[in-house]
Formats: sequence, C-alpha cells, structure tokens
Amino acid sequence: MADSHGSYLQEPRGLRSWLVTLDHKRIGLLYFWSTLAAFVLGGVFAMLIRLELLTPKGTMMTADLYNKIFTLHGAIMIFLFIIPSIPAAFGNFVLPLMLGAKDVAFPRLNLASYYIYVAGTIIMLVAMVTGGIDTGWTFYTPYSSTTGGSVSLMVFGVFVLGFSSIFTGINFIATIHKLRAPGMDWFRMPLFAWGIYATAIIQVMATPVLGITLVLLFMERVFQIGVFDARLGGDPVLFQHFFWFYSHPAVYIMILPGMAIISEVIPVFSRKTIFGYKAIAYSSLAIALVSFLVWGHHMFISGQSQLASAVFSFLTFLVAIPSGVKIWNWLATMYRGSISLDAPMIYAVMFLALFAIGGLTGLFLGALTTDVHLTDTYFVVAHFHYVMMGGTFIAYLAGVHYWWPKMFGRMYSERLARVAGALVFIGFNLTFLSQFVMGSRGMPRRYHSYVQEFQPLHVLSTVGSWILALGLFLILGYLLASLRKRPNAPANPWGSATLEWETSSPPPVHNFDYTPVASHGPYDYDREQVTA
Amino acid sequence: MNWLRDILLPAQGTEYAGKVDDLFLFILYVSGFFFFLVTGLILYFTWRYRRRGPNDRTPKITHNFKLEVVWTVIPLMIVMVIFVWGFHGYLDATVAPKDALEIRVTGKRWMWQFEYPNGTRTVNDLRVPVGKPVKLILTSDDVIHSFFVPSFRIKADLLPDRYTQLWFTPEKEGLHVLFCAEYCGTGHSVMGGKIHVLSESQYQDWLERGDETTQAMPLAELGALLYQSRGCATCHSLDGRRGQGPSFKGIFGHTQRMTDGTEALVDENYLRESILQPQAKIVEGYQAIMPTFQGLLTEREIQALSEFIKAQK
Repeated sequence: MADSHGSYLQEPRGLRSWLVTLDHKRIGLLYFWSTLAAFVLGGVFAMLIRLELLTPKGTMMTADLYNKIFTLHGAIMIFLFIIPSIPAAFGNFVLPLMLGAKDVAFPRLNLASYYIYVAGTIIMLVAMVTGGIDTGWTFYTPYSSTTGGSVSLMVFGVFVLGFSSIFTGINFIATIHKLRAPGMDWFRMPLFAWGIYATAIIQVMATPVLGITLVLLFMERVFQIGVFDARLGGDPVLFQHFFWFYSHPAVYIMILPGMAIISEVIPVFSRKTIFGYKAIAYSSLAIALVSFLVWGHHMFISGQSQLASAVFSFLTFLVAIPSGVKIWNWLATMYRGSISLDAPMIYAVMFLALFAIGGLTGLFLGALTTDVHLTDTYFVVAHFHYVMMGGTFIAYLAGVHYWWPKMFGRMYSERLARVAGALVFIGFNLTFLSQFVMGSRGMPRRYHSYVQEFQPLHVLSTVGSWILALGLFLILGYLLASLRKRPNAPANPWGSATLEWETSSPPPVHNFDYTPVASHGPYDYDREQVTA
Repeated sequence: MNWLRDILLPAQGTEYAGKVDDLFLFILYVSGFFFFLVTGLILYFTWRYRRRGPNDRTPKITHNFKLEVVWTVIPLMIVMVIFVWGFHGYLDATVAPKDALEIRVTGKRWMWQFEYPNGTRTVNDLRVPVGKPVKLILTSDDVIHSFFVPSFRIKADLLPDRYTQLWFTPEKEGLHVLFCAEYCGTGHSVMGGKIHVLSESQYQDWLERGDETTQAMPLAELGALLYQSRGCATCHSLDGRRGQGPSFKGIFGHTQRMTDGTEALVDENYLRESILQPQAKIVEGYQAIMPTFQGLLTEREIQALSEFIKAQK
C-alpha cells in the first residue's frame, strides 16, 4: 500500500492552498470537480427534456420553458463540460506526469485559466437565473439578436470561457514542446499527449473566431450594428458561417481528447504495443487541420451556394477517413494481445462500438441528398450524442476509471463498475437509437410538442434516459465511496508503461522524486514484464 | 429489405423520395457491415485473446503497411461513391423544371402563407395538382424557418430578405405533413401545415371557383372552412381540449381573465381584435404566440370566423 503522506493531496494543507495552488494536479482536480458539477446540472436539464417529451403535448412545461431548458442543456454540456473536461481536467493532471515534467510550462497562466473558467461559468449562471435564454446553444441570428432574455450576458459568459480554453491550449503546446523528460523524443510521447497537442492547436486557432462572432452578436443586440440582422442590412447566414467555423473544429476539441484516452487505455489493457503509433499521431493532426475546412456541412439547407455545399460534402468525407483509421488501429492493437476487461477497458471497447455508430451515421449526414432530409431532425440529435456522449463522454469515463487510482490513491469496486457499465450501455443505446428512427421518419428537433405517431419512440428514449441516469449515479456513488477508504492503490495498478505510473499514487507534490528518463517507448509491453 | 425502409423512413410522396431512400439504404448497408465487423472483432478479440495470466507475452506489431493501405483506401473509395451519389441527387433537387407551377411561400412566426399565381392565398394549407412539378419560392418575414416535408425528403431554410427554392412533383393524390425544421421560438413545434395533392380538375376547381363558392356560403359555414384552411385548428380546439391557444368551445359570451390581470368579455369586437392584433390581450395561462392575420383575411372572412366561433357552444 502506498503511503499518501506527502502526496499532493495532503500538502500544503488548507482551503487557501487549494484555491491559489499552482500545482497542475490540483488545478486538474479543481477542473475535474467543477466540470463534473456542470455535467450534473446539464444532466438534470437533459432528464427534464426527456420527461417533458414523454407525451405528445408535453407533460409539465410551457413551450417557452422547454426552449430555455434545451438551450441550457446544450450550452452547459458543450461550454462547461465537454470542451474543458478532458483537456483541462485530465490534460492538466496527467500530461505533465506523462512527459516526466514537474508542472505545465506556465503554472500561473494555468491557475488564471481556471479562474477565467469560473468567471465565465458564474456569468452564464447569472444569465440563466436572470431571464435565461431560448436561442439554442447555436445562437442563430436573427432569432438570437431579437429575442428577449439574457442572451447578451450568456454570450459574454461564453466569450469569457473562450479565453480559458485558449490559455489552456497555449499552456499545453508550450509544455509539450519544452518540458518532455530526457529521452522522450516526439515519437516516444504517449499518444494522449499527441491528442492533447492536436486539441490545443484547434483551441488556440479556432476559439478566437467564436470570440469575435460573439462580440459581433453582442454588439448587434446592444448597438444594432447590422451585421447579422437582415432588417438592419445584415446577413443572418454569415453568423452561421462564423459560428460553425469555430464550432465544427470544436467538435474535434471535444472528440480528439477522448480518442487520446482510448489510445492509452487499449494498449495497457491489451498489454501490447499500440498498432500504428505514427498513423494515430498524424491522423490527430490531420483531423485538427481538415476540421477547419468542413464547417459548411452544417449548412446544406441554409441557402449557401450549391457549389459550396458540394465542396463541403466532399471534404467532410475526407475527414471521416482518419477517424476510421484510428478504429482499425485500436482493433489491431487488441489483436493477439493479453486483454483484461477491467473497468477502463470496458469503457474503451464500449467507446469503439458507440463511436463506430456515431461515425457511420455521419455518412448519412455528409451525403447531400440524405442530409437534406435528415438535418434538423432527431437523426442529427442522435448522431451527435453518439459522438459526444457515446464517444467523448464514454472515453472520459474510461479516463476517470483509468487514472482514478493515480489521482486519489484509491481503487474502486470493480464489480459495481461492471454493473454500472452495463446500465450505461443499455440506457444510452435505448435513449439514442430510438432517436435515429424518429429522425429518419421526420421528427424535427427542438420540438416541445409532436405528432402522435412518434410517442412510442419518445417513451423508449425517456425510459432509456432513466436507465442511463441510474448507471451514472452508481458510478458517482462507488467512486465517491472509494474516497472514504484508506489509500490502497499501488503506484502502477494496471501495469502501464507510461511515466505517470512510475511515481506513487497519488503523486508527491513535485511529481517525481528523481528526474525520470524515457528509456523506452510508452507502449513497449514486449520488454521485460511490467508489473504492478 | 423493404421492411427496413418502411421502419426507418416515412412514406414516399415523390419519385425523388425514392432516390433519396436508395442512397439512405445503401449507406445503411455499408454502415451495418462495418458496424458488425467492428463489434464482431471486438467480441472475438476480447474472448480469443483474453488475459490468461500475469506473465502473458504479446508480440510487438508496430505497423503493417499493406493492411493500413487496404483499410484506408477501401473506405475512401466507398465514401467517394456515397459523395458522388449524394451530389448527383442534389443536382436534380436543385434545378426545378422550367414549366413548374410557382408558388410563393412566406414563413412567419408561427405560420406558413402560400400565394398562387392567380392571387389566391392560403395559410398552412398548400394545394397542388398531382403529377406536375411545383416550385416553391421561399422567404421569411422574421427569423429563419425551414420548410420540411418528410414524405418528399425536401427541406430548405426560409431567410429574411432573401429567397430560397424547393421543387417537387407529387406522385399520388393525398395528404402530406409539413413541419418547420429550424428553431424559431415559442410556436416552433406547432408551426406545421398540410399539403393536399389534388387531381388536376379538383385543383383547377379549387383555384378558380374557390372564391365563388365561398361568396355564396353562409358566414358560419365559411368560418368553419377558414378555421381549417387558415390554420386556426392547429392551436384552437373545438371540443374544449387545451391546445397552444384557448379552445373555441363555449368561449363566446364568456368573460376571460387576461395575463395582465384584467378581464375581457369575448364578443365580436374582442374576436376581431384577437385576430388582427393577437398580442393585445392574452388569456391567462397562454402565451403570446399567435401571429397577426392583418391582410390575410377579408372583412367578410373576419365576420365569418366570428360567427363560427359564436356557434361553438
């Protein structure tokens, strides 16, 4: 049993030492708990949406309230949970440890980015209770520039959050370039670092565009400057171009870190070298760059030129290929491995299946004629939930289960983890498979009431959401319960080969008692036995 | 595998819908194949290569060039087929035949307004002849809406100050539903309509003599017709059932409480005001979502609706 005395969790003591900490591990934990709280809040809104849709006329809300609830569900999940969760929580905690560094390159900037996140969150919460917003998380003009509520404040909150994201990205790029341990060249870096690197590039390059767009929207509302509103001589479609120029790359800010976790977990639990290291590393970069050129596939029916639609459709199919290649690489890694289905691996294989559905249903939406029928229906809703929740969120759970012993020095109940995994899998598929069918049959999204024929599918979806919620509460329960136990996690419970497992669990304040040397690759499981 | 099509897709109202469905099914089969391949391999590998002991040794396989080329190039070829197929259909869907019947569509919160070449106007009720290409020229009065007919597999956004187009050739006589697919606020989910595909002669009758027949109609009867055709029925029931707006049953002659706390007697003047300036008085418990019908109803039609509502005891 590792002695947690002197670990980063213990020293220095006191609330103040946490609030002004410059330790990347503590900042990682601050992000971890904050984003988790945001997820719970966004999840409550999701449950309310599903409950409301149990009956065709709605069960308990007015249309106006429903519109606010689905907007908040989307805005909270995207801006407060998915975008910051993996990079800011795990990236902060794990990345320096993996690289064998003492901390990130700019610890103060790191703390600043956390407080900017908090400030942005508070602004969004204030906007929620002072009028709320009903624009959808996409803020399409001219609806968003003319509707009531606290849109300006909400937009300002998202603007502020953007800086948090940019600062984190800059920090990680510098850390990866400058703070790798002796012996760790670029291709000895764990693939998680590659994934975070590609993500950071998008964060730094794309987020400013969102910021500028939101400033314009803000000025449109306050000063009526006439950029987006047709009545003032503006162009509402221009907003969509600006918005998706950020928000499509942002989809990869959300999924690349998830893929990065999977690239760590699968070799460890297959105890085998990753297949196609360079292919995975380069495909992350390829995705990051091509993702900037496909935004128009959100706008096939928006009135953009037909030629543009055709080009965007073509590029969209190109960006599908590197994601598909990753799936083959992960499968090939499992081939002839020594596979142990511990909790992190259960979530990793669940990711493969659900992300495959998310990716393959993207083919329907990339093709022009089928997209015209399916866009703005529940098919799209189901598609992005398979990618964002079945993909990123399930990968996040894999990461939580994988690094939990390192973060807190405790093991959780493996038996309960399996039960919860089964509930999440069944609940998730029930919730969202039914939405594919609704969507392809023509059920439009963002509907407060709907025609009778869709009710059975909505009921299935709602029941699925209850099973899913049950599974998620179970996970929260056994993870929190593990914190009440005495520290019992060994330094390297899974037999991993990356550097973060060479230090104790939880790590000491300065990460390593000696300067680690990357004497072997991150997945060299063929060398002498790596044991716990 | 027609049963799959029937489960996953709505009925086909046009020949074009059938073409879209063919591509949909092709992608479905391709996706199905790869999905079962991936999950099959996951299940097989986790069983076949399960950990047998703490000292398992695994081979070091870092890459395999041939295999990687195969699994990159084959999917690339398949998605290029899908791209070309979708693009090809999209070209068809974009260019309307020259002889198409042109109908102007205006979306406004929360209704659809149609105007025919001869000046006939309808609300939420599009009537078209069977077998003839129809071209819609769409625009919006306020925010962005989207004209979506699932059974025709067509959809286009309606933008303020700009025109977009759609076209279709209905195959059979019958009824199709129309949805608004771009979020537009409170009444978004009730912004629906119906498309009646009529025989050529029925269509001509309706178009030419529609007005003559209604001129001879008693007011209440005309009101009943307008109640359906102008979309009142979307929100106001006749049987006391609560909709997006108050039911018409027994409403006339009763005093209603308004959201601002005042009370108002429902009489002819109240109804007239509610039709032309619906935001002026809002019945308590309801939302201000009704669009104005200023300019969409003649004087006689307003009276007809008033008589019709009066008759709903």
